[in-house]
Amino acid sequence: MSEAARNRLTKGLTDLAFLILAAAIVYFALRWMTAGVEAMIDPVTPGRGESWPLWAQIAQLVYLVLASVLTIGVLSVLVFFRVPNMRDAILVPATSIALAIIVTALVIMAIGESPLQATQVMVRGAVGSGYGWGYTLFYATNFIFTGLAVAVAFHAKMFNIGGEGQAAIGGLGVAIVCLSVPWPHWSLALLAATLGAAAFGAAWAAIPAYLQAKRGSHIVITTIMFNFIASALLVYLLVNVFRVPGSMAPETARFAEPTHLPSAYDIAPWLGFRRSTPLNVSFLVAIAACVGVWLLIWKSRLGYEIRAFGHSQTGAVYAGIHPVRIIMLAMLISGGLSGMMALNAVMGEAERLVLDPVQGAGFVGIAVALMGRSHPVGVFLAALLFGMLYQGGAELEFEMPAISREMLLVIQALVILFTGALDNMVREPIERLFLRLRKGA
Amino acid sequence: MDLSTVILLLDSSVRLATPLLLACLAGLFSERAGIIDIGLEGKLLIAAFFSASAAAYTGNVWLGLLAGVAASMVFAGLHGLASITFRGNQLISGVAINFLAAGMTVVIGESWFALGGRTPQLEGAGRFHNITLPFAEAAQGVPFIGPIYHDLISGHSILVYVGFLMVPLTWWVLFRTRFGLRLRAVGENPAAVDTAGVSVVGMRFTAVLIAGVLCGIAGAYLATGLSAGFVKDMSAGRGFIALAALIFSKWRPWYALMACLLFGLLDATGSLFQNIQVAGISVPVQFMQALPYILTVVILAGFVGKAIPPKAGGTPYVKEQ
Amino acid sequence: MTETASADVPYAIELMGISKAFGPVQANKDISLQVSKGTIHGIVGENGAGKSTLMSILYGFYKADAGDIYINGQLTHIPDSQAAIRAGIGMVHQHFKLVENFTVVENVILGAEDGAMLKPSVAKARKLLKQLAEEYQLHVDPDSVIEELSVGHAQRVEILKQLYREADILILDEPTGVLTPSEANHFFRILDGLKAEGKTIVLITHKLREIMRVTDTVSVMRRGEMTDTVPTASTSPEELAEMMVGRKVLLRVDKQPAKSGKVVVDVRNLTVRDDQKVERLKDVSLSVRAGEILGIAGVAGNGQSELLKVLGGMIPATSGTIEMNGAAIDLTGKRSDGQSRRARGISHVPEDRQREGLIMPFMAWENMAFGYHNDPAYQLNRLLMDNNALKRITADKMQSYDVRPPDPMLAAKNFSGGNQQKLVVAREIERNPDLLLVGQPTRGVDIGAIEFIHKQIIALRDQGKAILLVSVELDEIFGLSDRIAVMFDGRIMGERLPDETDERELGLLMAGVSEEKGAA
Repeated sequence: MSEAARNRLTKGLTDLAFLILAAAIVYFALRWMTAGVEAMIDPVTPGRGESWPLWAQIAQLVYLVLASVLTIGVLSVLVFFRVPNMRDAILVPATSIALAIIVTALVIMAIGESPLQATQVMVRGAVGSGYGWGYTLFYATNFIFTGLAVAVAFHAKMFNIGGEGQAAIGGLGVAIVCLSVPWPHWSLALLAATLGAAAFGAAWAAIPAYLQAKRGSHIVITTIMFNFIASALLVYLLVNVFRVPGSMAPETARFAEPTHLPSAYDIAPWLGFRRSTPLNVSFLVAIAACVGVWLLIWKSRLGYEIRAFGHSQTGAVYAGIHPVRIIMLAMLISGGLSGMMALNAVMGEAERLVLDPVQGAGFVGIAVALMGRSHPVGVFLAALLFGMLYQGGAELEFEMPAISREMLLVIQALVILFTGALDNMVREPIERLFLRLRKGA
Repeated sequence: MDLSTVILLLDSSVRLATPLLLACLAGLFSERAGIIDIGLEGKLLIAAFFSASAAAYTGNVWLGLLAGVAASMVFAGLHGLASITFRGNQLISGVAINFLAAGMTVVIGESWFALGGRTPQLEGAGRFHNITLPFAEAAQGVPFIGPIYHDLISGHSILVYVGFLMVPLTWWVLFRTRFGLRLRAVGENPAAVDTAGVSVVGMRFTAVLIAGVLCGIAGAYLATGLSAGFVKDMSAGRGFIALAALIFSKWRPWYALMACLLFGLLDATGSLFQNIQVAGISVPVQFMQALPYILTVVILAGFVGKAIPPKAGGTPYVKEQ
Repeated sequence: MTETASADVPYAIELMGISKAFGPVQANKDISLQVSKGTIHGIVGENGAGKSTLMSILYGFYKADAGDIYINGQLTHIPDSQAAIRAGIGMVHQHFKLVENFTVVENVILGAEDGAMLKPSVAKARKLLKQLAEEYQLHVDPDSVIEELSVGHAQRVEILKQLYREADILILDEPTGVLTPSEANHFFRILDGLKAEGKTIVLITHKLREIMRVTDTVSVMRRGEMTDTVPTASTSPEELAEMMVGRKVLLRVDKQPAKSGKVVVDVRNLTVRDDQKVERLKDVSLSVRAGEILGIAGVAGNGQSELLKVLGGMIPATSGTIEMNGAAIDLTGKRSDGQSRRARGISHVPEDRQREGLIMPFMAWENMAFGYHNDPAYQLNRLLMDNNALKRITADKMQSYDVRPPDPMLAAKNFSGGNQQKLVVAREIERNPDLLLVGQPTRGVDIGAIEFIHKQIIALRDQGKAILLVSVELDEIFGLSDRIAVMFDGRIMGERLPDETDERELGLLMAGVSEEKGAA
């Protein structure tokens, strides 16, 4: 082992040790704080029709702000001293998310509920049981695909807002593959359906991509329009072409038994998944997609060209990188990834194509890509978080009916707002702080 | 088709075109000032919700209108904060605003009314009612012109007339006033405005807030004029159709009127007739619904007259060093 | 020439202790300056010396961190451009601040309208424009749209804008950078007229010739500081140049006479039309031999960029031929891109290293593969690149080209201009090309790096390679070239040998005046 490699290893291990230490500090401090607040407000928990006393609400807000400051503070120290070049990758998104959480808490308080209680319900619902994990990871699978799709386009400096439509058309591809061939085994069906989903999703992205590349039509506007066109097309096809004769429901026939993907219960019942869990093997396909995108963007020649083009179009032309080719390829890959979401939702869960197979996951992909800073690891973590939110949100609806499921849209909006549109608001103070600290040091 | 069917169709088109028109003009002000606004949909929705809620609480539709406009302006202000003050990505900000509205309306609506995201049905003074223009009754008997005046021109809510009057007003403001000159300049070359001693931030914020007001009126019309209360997701993509109309009109007020009337007509045709026969082929209703979007893509593709947006659109203004 | 104000006539402009920092960069450091009324004052300095920043502070575009501004003896607070305009200050920026699709009159009144309605403002402006045009020789049609005007006319609009605002103090930032010498001469006559009317003019430029021609007094700036202020009559270009760079400049580069060999690149009847169907290159023919440097002189925007870009595969040609080592190269289609050019032995140091030559957020090692990322030596297998090999190669090249800091993991944007350029030069020269295209190799580069880069270019020539150099700096053209071709309006105006010509002759050619019109 060379000296440089040894040094790198030593630094990596030290960083890891510091990270574990910091995580432990934050974890125990938060537990202690949470317990304190709970003990404080528990006696005044209101019954039906009553509301929280003001001081209890304020106590929760103060707790939340303090917890955020503590977490961000510890993280800042760690980043500043150990990995200062990770500032934009760790500290900025962490702060944005803390802000999104605080604003969400304010909304929950405004409708007279307890954010602390809501959080507990959500966390318990999402990761407190095998049942919860099954749904959390199922949702996360959708979001990994759509998040990666948005991320790949972001690298080429394009905003693919059409994941919703591309995934719906991807579903069409899956349905056609599953319904038209009598597959002997699910693995073959999965392989073919993956190709079908990717091809259909890519095809739906191809027209906006072509118009952007050749005619300069703004891809954001065209992909929005294509979402609506996709939804109209799907309605038409389900009502007039694919509907089972005699049935009123606008949906295709159920896919044949051999195409059903093994669920997490089939594969690993010992992990506590229930028979009804929607989590299936396409989760593994999603993880493979993460690795694939990582190799593509950071290791391959095409990824090099995509990133170069995304940073500087004039530079790309200088280097002999063809803009039309990059726009087309990046959007085809993006559309293909969006389409692959249908593997999970259409083939894995519904086992038939229904009216709105995507359920907004295409849009969640925007939040996931922004939060994950277009890096596959970040996308995976962000998708997991949104999976927890979606499953936790479903539980919340049961236990705290006053908080409706649409709270998820609010959180999604706040994440997009803080990690995307208000990025400068968060980043610039942190940059200034680091600059001042470095001068002081 | 006889005259009365045609009038019925056109009357319905006018009603359906009104929110599109107001939202489209909102987008026009914003984008002419260089701020792309894909958050029209969200502003429509939040305005619809708050106007219906305030009208339900107070029983006064004018207070409802006020609340709707105020809510829409708050969202417009947020868009301004993100895209002007913090020079963020205007498209991402617009997306966030759409989701924020979609979520907030239901979350707050459930908490206030517990009606599954609806507001209570509006009645009496809680709604904008149709007004009859002078001599409408008297003129009804006159052949041809009479029914047109009585059934098509007269008999709409006041906001419909406001919407149509906004077209010449917008044109006049943009092309005949100092404010309009500066607004157009800031969308083309903000540096020119800045060096001329006019605040770019001020101009852009004003434009964005005007967009907020117009979206507010449009949203209030949806919930208190076109229907009698708020329903979850009631904007139903109208903000995006308005955006399409804006591109279709190449960012010009009179063309915007034409585009919105066309899209209103498509909408009315789709809802009045389930099956449309064109040259012996039956056109699916889904095609009619998708037509505005398809037309916009065709326009954007530049096959039928290229749409050239304001040059500085989408780029935050940063003083160069 | 009045150059000192008597005790009772206050200075038109007096700056005291102005400082301004952008983040860690100190753009202006404790600057004081006095300009007398009715004079033309020049400010010279290299790119990045802080001239534009200082004037932007005077115009209220930036706020100074410290210091006072006196206008006509009054302490004046200038928080924004509006305040500057009120104080009678007008500024014409290097890049015009005009709304392209507005008419002249609309641009003139923008921000200075009379009342809320446009009509009366337009009528008044039309009348006043006519007067001003007669008074100052600033004729331009008030109803033409800016995008249809020539650069010279657009500049007149900018000046009219300031006069319409009744500016008494005019700041002109690099006003002649885009003008031909004849346009520039007309422009200087306008300045003389303005001075005669009692206007005070501050002229920012890095062209010493202009300073000598038109100013009364001149200040020199270097690295954010004001070095000196002297009456123009008592100084010389050499002295000013020395003050600008802080030491004696070697205007001549040490080199042996060229030992030129066979023709490497042969360009015949090359014509380029851009997207707007404007002819940027008109029937250009030239050739470069092995072991020689052909310098292309000309005012920016006369087709030099397009020539480089066609040769470098960045834009297609409309007609004509290019032969490289005796074989034609494609001028349109798939095989006319940068990659194909590189495969044919053409390397390219582009004019704009920040927008073209480098990807600023990419690390140095990523940039080292830029344009050559398909090179088999950089590949791990058919799909993936060998990033570790690239890092090693980059570290070596950074060492031999003295790039500081020599850290392959640092992003390009974190290097200084000179070190960025060294990265590009290292990448392109190390490919051992048959033909090196070089555009503005030392723009915005510090003196030390200039010498280094010049030496590298000469060394490549001495290895028997062909070099095509484009530069707007005549000194650089004279210093490096073995032959000089002058371009004007997309044409080659003529070719000269550096020993048999002078700046005056080249200047005439650059202005489109050909002395051998009948003969050629």
